[in-house]
Amino acid sequence: MNFDFSDDQKMLKDQVRKFLTDKCPMKVVRRVLDGPETHAAEVWKGLAELGAMGTAIPEAYGGSGLGALELCVIAEELGRSCAPVPFASSVYLATEALMRWGSDAQKKTWLPRLADGSAIGTLAAGEGPKPASPRTVRAALSGGKLSGEKLPVPDGEAADFAVVLVNTGGAGERALSLALVELAGAGVKRERVATVDPARKHARLAFDGAKAEPLGAEGDGWRMLNELYDAAAVLIAFEQIGGAEAAMWMARDYALQRYAFGRQIGSYQAIKHKLADMYVKVELARSNAYYGAMMLNDRGADLPVAAAATRVSAIDAYDFAAKENIQTHGGMGFTWEADTQFHYRRSRLLALGIGGPMAWKEKLVSRLEQKNAA
Amino acid sequence: MDFNDTPEEAAFRAKARAWLDANAKRKTDDKQAYRARVDDPELLKRAKEWQDKKAAAGYARITWPVEYGGMGGTQIQQVIYSQEEANYLVPLGFFDIGLGMCIPTMMAYASKEHLTRYVKPALHGDEVWCQLFSEPVAGSDVAGIRTRAERDGDDWVINGQKVWTSGAHYCDYGIVITRTNPDVPKHQGLTMFFLSMKSPGVEVRPIRQISGAANFNEVFFTNVRVPDSQRLGKVGDGWKVALTTLMNERLAVGTPSGGLDVDELLDLARETELEDGPAIRNAHVRSKIADWYVQTQGLKYTKYRTLTSLSKGQTPGPESSIGKIVAAPKMQDLGAFAMELMGTGGVMTGDVPGAGGFQAQWIGGAGFRIAGGTDEILRNIVAERVLGLPQDVRVDKDVPFSALGKAK
Repeated sequence: MNFDFSDDQKMLKDQVRKFLTDKCPMKVVRRVLDGPETHAAEVWKGLAELGAMGTAIPEAYGGSGLGALELCVIAEELGRSCAPVPFASSVYLATEALMRWGSDAQKKTWLPRLADGSAIGTLAAGEGPKPASPRTVRAALSGGKLSGEKLPVPDGEAADFAVVLVNTGGAGERALSLALVELAGAGVKRERVATVDPARKHARLAFDGAKAEPLGAEGDGWRMLNELYDAAAVLIAFEQIGGAEAAMWMARDYALQRYAFGRQIGSYQAIKHKLADMYVKVELARSNAYYGAMMLNDRGADLPVAAAATRVSAIDAYDFAAKENIQTHGGMGFTWEADTQFHYRRSRLLALGIGGPMAWKEKLVSRLEQKNAA
Repeated sequence: MDFNDTPEEAAFRAKARAWLDANAKRKTDDKQAYRARVDDPELLKRAKEWQDKKAAAGYARITWPVEYGGMGGTQIQQVIYSQEEANYLVPLGFFDIGLGMCIPTMMAYASKEHLTRYVKPALHGDEVWCQLFSEPVAGSDVAGIRTRAERDGDDWVINGQKVWTSGAHYCDYGIVITRTNPDVPKHQGLTMFFLSMKSPGVEVRPIRQISGAANFNEVFFTNVRVPDSQRLGKVGDGWKVALTTLMNERLAVGTPSGGLDVDELLDLARETELEDGPAIRNAHVRSKIADWYVQTQGLKYTKYRTLTSLSKGQTPGPESSIGKIVAAPKMQDLGAFAMELMGTGGVMTGDVPGAGGFQAQWIGGAGFRIAGGTDEILRNIVAERVLGLPQDVRVDKDVPFSALGKAK
């Protein structure tokens, strides 16, 4: 039995943690949250120097050819620090899509630049405040020209290209495809949209005849999107676990510092039990995520079920830890000054980014039904 | 990351399996259980026979030193053996408290002569041991016990009452915590002994639980004489000795939990028609199934993480408390929800087809949330020992036991 990360993976984790503790303290998160930058460029550059973005990219394309497990340990640390960088968009989504379905030319063009961080990619799936579904996608690709709009697109301002979920004609799921579009070209307009977590900027992308090329087979977009989401669910879960754990320790440290009625508030059972519940949820999520990581890394047949369970568990842990962290801080926790807001914002952002708990619980149960029927 | 054994673990597993194959009957499917009523007198006899066989082969306590009849093996080997044994139809469950808690306490505090006399018969199942700690007013607050032991010549005379003593009705010996000095703060005036359950003045009365079964007992002591040579630890050091016993409780990992869970709930939802169609198509039902599935899997993989640290020679810490914090309320809630799916029919237990199991989970869950530490105590353990929060305020800390109010 070896259900744990290897010593090398733990060393990588420590290295990333040390870098982020030094270079990405909460004041950096606050700067991006409160300011015009699309992301913390200096943190992005530092991560590139560590080789973080190229972790899972094959050596032939300039990456280090490691695997999903290494990405998981990096993700946990990024989540712990609420890092304001386009890592999830570029690495878990855009890079993953290219590695899975990119043509040779697409891979040669983008992977080396993704690996060294000089290019940023993203995924544009949604079109407004409704879940994306085969019935709601209006953006269309026809004759190499893309029209329509996508929002909210994470890191849409910073990204060099986007993988876009588009309608290519036909009915139902088969109407959808993925397209790759460069965002600096003609026919693309982008503007920032306000979100609950401005430390991770989102944009509205408007396409008017923008040049785009298909990514993967036409009519296969919905399946590809879901496959991409399964992989991302596991990686994002590690960000959520890192964030949840950070929120838990933040609450714990405050509970030791703050006195009320002549005692540390952490000596009251009401607070102790709240914190113990955070711990329980974090550990359950961690255990589920380890299995998800193993399935993702091994391309195991159980990935669809494991990814859904991992995501449901991680959303629950981070939501709970982030909101009860504010509650533990009392009035102080609800101020702009306090750092509690970063996790509260991030927990919701990560809970919704690739579909919320309701959608993933439904996926989980239907996949369990399929598995049991098989 | 993988779930496979290391080569050494695999070799041990193969050896254990070969021995089990030669000595026991393999289950034909997972759900099969050794069927017998707990109060069936034949069951204890068969359990003792099985224990004797195991002890002769060294499998009864793998981690114990060879001189005490163990194998001098590791915790992970113990877990591997238990996993393998769970695939066979064998009677288990009578010796866990004695071998898991009482005898390890004896090993830490009893004399060489006593160990020579008592360890082997316990290991072979010839003598069964129980642990006499809880009292009617001392549950989670074990140090609040009132059972008195008073010195009389070479003996001590014990008077008082214990409660929730598992197996006292078939046990031969027990370790008992008593109060020997009421005039000092509660933790300081305790002393531990071991005694024969057949001693004059020991009276065992079974307690019928909410489930109707009677696995626990009240034990009454009326002028029970125990020689001073059967004292464990110094006079007044009983709390320290009790902690040795309680620490050993936590090492009980790796045992299969069993019982009805999400798979069975899924089956039930498939077979149940609600007013708006099959239950399995109901969004509320699906959401509940998802939540419990995530908990069940989370606990399963938490156990795998614990096994991994055992496998590396580490000892599991208070982190393992989370298992019961999650599993016990889940049993209760999942059971209740399954009964709800059955509608009015959910009230039926007994031999009605499809009924019984979930009802038993619901009833049993209520007790499981209390046994071996309540939800509340376990949350305190996590908060204090894992997260480093201050201990609960103890207003009785420096007060002599005799000065504490009756209402304490």
